[in-house]
Amino acid sequence: MSLNTETVERIAELAKLRLTPEEIERYRQQLSAILDYAERLRQLDTSQIPPTATVLPLHSVFRADQARPSLERTLALQNAPQVADGSFVVPAVLDEN
Amino acid sequence: MMSNTSLIQLSLSQASQALRQGETSSVALTEAVLSQISQADGRLQAFLHVSAEQALAQATSADQARQAGGTHHPLLGIPLAIKDILCLQGMPATAGSRILQGYRPVYDATAVTRLRQAGAVFVGKTNTDEFAMGSSTENSAYQVTRNPHDLERVPGGSSGGSAVAVAAHMAFGALGTDTGGSVRQPASLCGVVGFKPSYGRVSRWGVIAFASSLDQVGPIGRTVDDVALLFSTIAGHDPLDSTTAPNPVPDFTHGVSALPDLTGVRVGVPRQYFIEGIQPEVEAAVRRAIEHMRALGATLVDVDLPHTEYALPTYYIIAPAEASANLARYDGVRFGSRQAETDLWALYEQSRGLGFGAEVKRRIMLGTYTLSAGYYDAYYLKAQQVRTLIKRDFEQAFQQVDVMACPTAPTTAFKLGSKTNDPLQMYLEDIFTLPASLAGVPAISLPCETDSQGLPIGLQLIGSAFGEARLLPIAKTFELTYQN
Repeated sequence: MSLNTETVERIAELAKLRLTPEEIERYRQQLSAILDYAERLRQLDTSQIPPTATVLPLHSVFRADQARPSLERTLALQNAPQVADGSFVVPAVLDEN
Repeated sequence: MMSNTSLIQLSLSQASQALRQGETSSVALTEAVLSQISQADGRLQAFLHVSAEQALAQATSADQARQAGGTHHPLLGIPLAIKDILCLQGMPATAGSRILQGYRPVYDATAVTRLRQAGAVFVGKTNTDEFAMGSSTENSAYQVTRNPHDLERVPGGSSGGSAVAVAAHMAFGALGTDTGGSVRQPASLCGVVGFKPSYGRVSRWGVIAFASSLDQVGPIGRTVDDVALLFSTIAGHDPLDSTTAPNPVPDFTHGVSALPDLTGVRVGVPRQYFIEGIQPEVEAAVRRAIEHMRALGATLVDVDLPHTEYALPTYYIIAPAEASANLARYDGVRFGSRQAETDLWALYEQSRGLGFGAEVKRRIMLGTYTLSAGYYDAYYLKAQQVRTLIKRDFEQAFQQVDVMACPTAPTTAFKLGSKTNDPLQMYLEDIFTLPASLAGVPAISLPCETDSQGLPIGLQLIGSAFGEARLLPIAKTFELTYQN
């Protein structure tokens, strides 16, 4: 399984990672090798096998729908790189026009 | 009163007894480990953060509580180290990553809360591979932790800092996390005891997430009693983590009862764990340890775990897929480091591109790919189906045996830098610890011998799901009777 550069660039875009051309090439090679290794899973016939998402015999876990105290706003904002007026600050998402 | 040097030699359980009998104080124990940290950690680099003042204040309160009389939890006043992937209020939490530089948690992990309620003293936060992704602690963005048995070698990982803190007497016990072997393998490489409980035993609330279906908090100590005490204290259902099991937790707070011998105990020897590529001295030592169990009366049973060879590719599909989703939260907006950019997409891409290290980006990329449209069935779903087969292997084996015995890691501690350029080589280090993680069963690494260079070898004992009450007494019986 050999990934091409365009595929690796598309994955980086999906993952929101800005990578250098050197990183793109290195990951192209390394991911190809890891995916090659993972190919051996195809040796197994799993057509009749259910997937395991969790090892626990869990189904939906319910709790009472009751309001309870949550983090205070000042604490919730304490670690943010930029805040103003009790909110997280981000660059404008929509332009003014 | 005992000297600092003799105090730090005590096991956690011995230190607890010394406190109970008034032979020492929490302040003395805390000063002793802080002094050891200042002497040894310059070389070892196990701690990312040491909190001497806070620790001494906690120790003083613990001593006052004890003087006030009454009964006390055995952890009252005991100095512990916590892997820097658990949130602990009052100290930073970086998960070994640049992207969390300066982050101060605003609440405690449940495991930390339970230790705090017991009166434990927190001396500091220990180094880890970034987001627990690694087997050598070399992937930390901050420093390289060294193995106390040979400073040119790795301590294992990802909980390498916690294993070194315990091995080098800089704490009486520690918490780590184990996703694919991150408690057991460093314990093996550093010559201490590391225990991964069954999945669902310990709350993941406040544990910085890597792979949610696998992550489990586990204790590291110098004896089985020490890890059992920590386990009993931190385990149990938590309404803040719906994946914690309601099963009652065995009470080992006053120690584990050893068995008179191993008569009637069936020990499985999984043939797939004795393979080519394992260091011959490791295999020989583990076989001698198993022979010792037979001499104690155990019945050895050859067992088959036929899907063992598929555990590594299964894990390296499932864990990165879950990681790619969990690490989406690092966006440079609500917490963590941020690169100033004028548009939001660029801010995300640049903050993440510069904030994460090479291994973390590699796994995010891998997980994003295997979860992307068109590949999900071929990789992620396939790996989850193979996971079912691996889990069934264990369920069938445990119909015939009480525990299984095998090596923890295929080698003893390797040289720093020797595996960093080839991710697959590094991943092979986890080959014997991954299956138990995928199956969700408890497993413990016990020191058994050292190799010709004096490096520790670990014996791994694996129990059935929620079978800690059977596993730990067998482990203690081995520990008490095995001389090397």
